[in-house]
Amino acid sequence: MKHILSVLVENKPGVLSRVTGLISRRGFNIESLTVAPTEDETMSRMTIVMDADELGYEQITKQLHKLVSTYKISDMTGEDTIERELALFKVAAGPERRHEVIEIANVFRAKVVDVGKNSLTIEATGDADKLGAMEDLFRAYGIKQLTRTGKVAMSRGARD
Amino acid sequence: MMTASDPIAEYKARAISGAPFGPGSHTEKEGQTMTGAQAVIASLEAEGVDVMFGYPGGQAIKIYDALYDSKKIHHVLARHEQGATHTADGYARATGRVGVVLVTSGPGATNTVTGIATAYMDSIPMVIITGQVTRGVIGTDAFQESDIVGITMPVVKHSFLLQSTDDLTRTFREAFYIASTGRPGPVLIDIPSDLASAEMVFHYPDSVNLPSYRPTYKGNAKQIRQAINLLAQSKRPLLYVGGGVVASHACAELSRFAEMTQIPVVTTLMAKGAFPTSNPLDLGPVGMHGSKYANMAMTECDLLIAVGARFSDRVTGKLSEFAPHAKVIHIDIDPAEIGKIRDPQVPIVGDAQGILAGMIEQAEKAGIGSVGSEWFAQCCEWRKRWPFYHDEFTDYPGQIVPEVALDVLSSKLDSATSIVTTEVGQHQMWAHQHIARDTTRSFLSSGGLGTMGFGFPAAVGAKIGCPDKQVVCVAGDGSFQMNAQEMATAVINNAAVKVMILDNRALGMVHQWQKLFYNERYSSTILDPAPDFVKLAEAYNWQGERVESPDQVEGAIQRMLDAEGPYLLDVAISADQNVYPMVAPGAALDDIIGAIDLTVGGVRVSQKGAGNATKEGE
Ligand SMILES: Cc1ncc(C[n+]2csc(CCOP(=O)(O)OP(=O)(O)O)c2C)c(N)n1
Ligand SMILES: [Mg+2]
Repeated sequence: MKHILSVLVENKPGVLSRVTGLISRRGFNIESLTVAPTEDETMSRMTIVMDADELGYEQITKQLHKLVSTYKISDMTGEDTIERELALFKVAAGPERRHEVIEIANVFRAKVVDVGKNSLTIEATGDADKLGAMEDLFRAYGIKQLTRTGKVAMSRGARD
Repeated sequence: MMTASDPIAEYKARAISGAPFGPGSHTEKEGQTMTGAQAVIASLEAEGVDVMFGYPGGQAIKIYDALYDSKKIHHVLARHEQGATHTADGYARATGRVGVVLVTSGPGATNTVTGIATAYMDSIPMVIITGQVTRGVIGTDAFQESDIVGITMPVVKHSFLLQSTDDLTRTFREAFYIASTGRPGPVLIDIPSDLASAEMVFHYPDSVNLPSYRPTYKGNAKQIRQAINLLAQSKRPLLYVGGGVVASHACAELSRFAEMTQIPVVTTLMAKGAFPTSNPLDLGPVGMHGSKYANMAMTECDLLIAVGARFSDRVTGKLSEFAPHAKVIHIDIDPAEIGKIRDPQVPIVGDAQGILAGMIEQAEKAGIGSVGSEWFAQCCEWRKRWPFYHDEFTDYPGQIVPEVALDVLSSKLDSATSIVTTEVGQHQMWAHQHIARDTTRSFLSSGGLGTMGFGFPAAVGAKIGCPDKQVVCVAGDGSFQMNAQEMATAVINNAAVKVMILDNRALGMVHQWQKLFYNERYSSTILDPAPDFVKLAEAYNWQGERVESPDQVEGAIQRMLDAEGPYLLDVAISADQNVYPMVAPGAALDDIIGAIDLTVGGVRVSQKGAGNATKEGE
């Protein structure tokens, strides 16, 4: 099953490789990972998406807790969390089909950020379902390039 | 149950308090302006370090220069950085203190990796200081640059790449604190050499503040009560104890708990000595080369109380058949060990010493008496039926029997005044089976990593840490050659260690597997005929002797033990001698090859459980 982990760590060189090294050493695969400093600059938050069964998930969180660089780990899997991801789609579209692509982008409240001779670049944020749906639709036109940031997540206000 | 005169208990309490192990800020160096290198030495002095182990080089030369002025620290110059690291490890295991290593960058640092990994696997507190190239050239493949922080990341408890002299003293305090608390382990500090020459004002912190590192010591009271409830219902309880009991210094509590409940005890290699061999409740070694009776106890028990043990594959055998009837109580300070291999009914995270004390209290309250005695009687029957060895039995007549030689050695040693270390291989397993140990930290062996080349330098470190003890390394001819250069370190530092080589002129343990599982195809396991170990001993100014016939053994061992200086005794044994009993890799724990069964006339048999026995070799 997919798990989203939010890991608060020291904002220091080498911490990222401690975390990723540990996960791969214990035999798990990271599906996506984002890292950036938090409101407190001495700390960074990592959002890690990985596939693991319950036992594996428990083991990996315990191991991560043991890292001296780790402050806190929260499980962001489930309904009480907001998860978002940003994607950039470079969609193949000559002048004659541009409006169709723009229309799709509008439906999803995505933005056109660049226009080329034969392509449009769309910026979209959302959860996995929304980005997946857009990808499916754009595929009909041809996706020249796709970049996704990986998920970031936060617990809903009611939890705090 | 700690007494005022127990230095290990005091050291443990000090470690947990977060205060430096030495004078901390209360030295004449406090407030002085000095170089980073001098501050490294001042920091070690502030931590009360009086001996350290290492090997110099270009990027450590400034620290070595500062060390030259220290009146408090004795530096032991090894002959190889791996040797230095194992020596510091042996010192740490024998004394309970943090072992300190100093080496240079590049090859000096990479040579410590096996030693660090060995300490990591066995949870031994160490601080390893490596010189590094200057900050300005890090990342440029500078001469003798290696990314030692990166290389060692999977085998350290924590590591630091020092970025500024502002962090220097705090880093040392944190390193000693992290190494010695919670589940202990090695901590590495990498020091770029420009920081070693930078000026700074020395202030040593008298406490630590590490919000991201807070080990749990106190066991949950509810879970302790649950454990006692399980015990009250149990008919066949068994204590399975590991190195955590040694690290936590919980031996007195363990003995008390076992005795009041009459629960038999099996010990892993790491726990040898933590529960006295002389206590009848001790069923001793368990697992791949454990006794048949201990393995039977594991298989038949209905409650397994694991204390500071991690269900290593060398202990469990085939997992799906491991302790199949047992509920499990798992006590460990490392939450990640709980449920890693076997899901317990009652997990208790915390320090074994306090938890066992809590269990004693609860058991008394609940009026639990000797719940284990009936079942223990059964274990004693098994012990009579399947002994490790008995006198009327010989595999190779006319040749020295390793089991007998070790029994002789054991009978001549008092574990309160001696330490036995081992290398890795058959001799290690025989030593585990036949050396009696009643005292914690009196048997040192590389359990987790199984590092050949560990035992001899570890013996040197143990002797330096405990100069009044008789320190004997039981070695294999293969392993000893992995760090034999440390004979110089021993003799020069007056570390009068004794090395007893069980010399089968083979990589015996691998040879045994080839014999049993690879159709006797002895690929690359024969070491015949070099070297002449007695001549080697003489070359290093040691005394040495070789014995080949059984009647010489006793006298030779006595001469070895009586010798004033370092002494090597080379004991010739057959290369065909197997370590028995054995659980084949992947087999169930009670499926045992080569146990001696007295009910069928004292021959080696292969047998699952107490079922039909076939004679070995038929
Ligand atoms: C550094 C290292 N290399 C290889 C091994 C694999 N190994 C395990 S036991 C063994 C043989 C050890 O030979 P020796 O020291 O002579 O002991 P014996 O088994 O003969 O008693 C080997 C090669 C190891 N454990 N450690
Ligand atoms: Mg050998």
